[in-house]
Amino acid sequence: MNSALFLALRRLRFPIILLIAVYTIGMIGLVMIPGVDENGTPWHMSFFDAFYFMSYTASTIGFGEIPRPFSYAQRLWVTFIIYLSVIGWAYAIARVLGLLQDRGFQHTLVQQRFGREVRRLREPFYLVCGFGETGMLVCRALDRMNVRFVVIDLREDRVAEVDLQEFQTDTPAFAADARFPANLALAGLEHPACKGVLALTSDDSANLAVAMAGKLLHPGVPIICRAMNKSVADNMASFGTDHIINPFETFADYLSLAINSPGKHRLVDLLVGEPGQRFRPAPLPPRGHWVVSGYGRFGREVVACLDREGLDVSIIDPAPALPGRRYVSGMGTEPEPLRQAGIEQAVGIVAGTDNDVNNLSIAVTARQLNPRLFVIVRQNLQANRALFDAYDAQLNMVPSQLIADRCVALLGTPLLARFLMLARAQNDGWAEDLAGRLEALLPGRVPALWDVRLDLDEAPAVYRALTDRDSEVRVGTLLRDPAARAEPLNALPLMLSRAREPQLLPARELRVRAGDRLLFAGSVAARSAQRTLLQNVNVFDYVHRGREIPGGWIWETITRQRKARRS
Amino acid sequence: MNLEKVVFGFFILLAATLNFGFVWGDIDDPAHHDAYELFCALVVSLIATVLKFGDRTQIGAVHLATSLVADLQLIAAAVVWVSAANSGVPVSPEQTANIVSLAAGALLANLVSVTLLVVETVMLRR
Repeated sequence: MNSALFLALRRLRFPIILLIAVYTIGMIGLVMIPGVDENGTPWHMSFFDAFYFMSYTASTIGFGEIPRPFSYAQRLWVTFIIYLSVIGWAYAIARVLGLLQDRGFQHTLVQQRFGREVRRLREPFYLVCGFGETGMLVCRALDRMNVRFVVIDLREDRVAEVDLQEFQTDTPAFAADARFPANLALAGLEHPACKGVLALTSDDSANLAVAMAGKLLHPGVPIICRAMNKSVADNMASFGTDHIINPFETFADYLSLAINSPGKHRLVDLLVGEPGQRFRPAPLPPRGHWVVSGYGRFGREVVACLDREGLDVSIIDPAPALPGRRYVSGMGTEPEPLRQAGIEQAVGIVAGTDNDVNNLSIAVTARQLNPRLFVIVRQNLQANRALFDAYDAQLNMVPSQLIADRCVALLGTPLLARFLMLARAQNDGWAEDLAGRLEALLPGRVPALWDVRLDLDEAPAVYRALTDRDSEVRVGTLLRDPAARAEPLNALPLMLSRAREPQLLPARELRVRAGDRLLFAGSVAARSAQRTLLQNVNVFDYVHRGREIPGGWIWETITRQRKARRS
Repeated sequence: MNLEKVVFGFFILLAATLNFGFVWGDIDDPAHHDAYELFCALVVSLIATVLKFGDRTQIGAVHLATSLVADLQLIAAAVVWVSAANSGVPVSPEQTANIVSLAAGALLANLVSVTLLVVETVMLRR
């Protein structure tokens, strides 16, 4: 029930009773005290006259002495009740204002409005827990994708930030602790339109709590979690969290790819970038001696990756000692430790502490000592972006950006994660070849990616053709231009997933079945052309069989009759 | 003993008794029905309603509902009386019967309220 109303009623109980009492006392006095009319005969006010008089006197409207001039006895009483009623009203109004300013009451009001907004959502939405740098980047991307979302964050100032972002749609946002299931439920965790939960707070244990609550309270809803620690990530994986993003591990993986399989690295770069943007292949880190400054969570992952690739690594860290490693104790911000770590002979440096100024200082000093260095620098805060842009390192590692990009890729094209996993198992030549084909498709640009499920919702035209008429539809059919069927669309089928059995790069001759899921890459125009083909029966029939079908019931009937007559 | 419970029970019972006192008598005889009594019944009923604000239990909700019904009926009776008394002619037996039957409806609601109070008390067994 409406708890704010109840709270207000309970708090205002005494002022209301006081007002009723004041009115009653005033009215009884007015009714009982006799007046004298111009003939000298006594008269009494009726209850209604008294109520009318009290109403306009107590509210200080003051119409005068109605129904006829008062006697002195009446005026004496009226003087008394005027003061009484003014005090009564002043007290009641003060209580109402006090209630409105009460933080608890305001919180209840905001909470109720938020709950109502969430309950009223009819379109599918994502629940974003944590509106820090990562959360904000993800929300902006979701907004660009025209997807709705609900935000909860622990901090009130961040929630206020949601309104300042000027998203296209009204975004319900609420300051609450996401660790408590009640708050998650209020934010729509159990809402049937909730399409996914993103736990992006900076607190691993909070993300874990969100993942757990999501799994139990809304089974089947995909959960994407940010995890900075391996043990937490393992814990999340143990109960089936769908995607766990550890930015450091993800970056180390990416670095491995860049070192040992340039083809796959190029392919990943092409597929994960923002569609339509100019494609700038990331420079490839060279083999040789590397210096890693900062041996924290990030440093460890990078060193492990460089070790795997068999590269020679020396570490600079303030920690006392690391047995069994080439190690210099100190900060990498001064030239001496860098020299000791062999910066002059090194091919690359990783500035990976958790302090942006230190990282830049390390990178600048190192480049002064050895201008040919390949520099990888970790940028912890989005706010320092201008500095890092000005420095222009070969690789810039921004954890929040990395997580956001991953989230967007996973949400926008759920098949992509699967595809990337399978592509990893292929050899590098295969990846090189595919990257080449993708680049030929859209020279110098990042292709758009999209996935399609051949069902009644996403592809009604194809679905009807497959189920009702049992016709043969091939992958190639879905890639013809709806304007001229002989022309192929500017797109490439990357994967076909049938009953969880994926097939990479399906041939154009392959027959599709209802329920298949396909992943395509191509131009944005090809994507929208394909959408009309999938949804419009007439367009699909033209592309599929090469003839225009008369639209509308009348023409359809006439054609059917004509056909029947002919046969 | 709880002072709040005493006040609560007092107003609910008083609302019912005043209501009963007003209704008691020949239904169409204006001499049997006093304006003061109706006024007091209405005021006490209003106070009883406010006292019931803010109780979130099921029985609290029903309590509040019965009180609101009683208020509505008594206000209707008062409005009928005011319009009848100020029309220039004395209040007729028909109009009196009208007013009293409206107040009798309020009495029924007040009786339900009292019953609820008794049931609640018996359930507590303290």
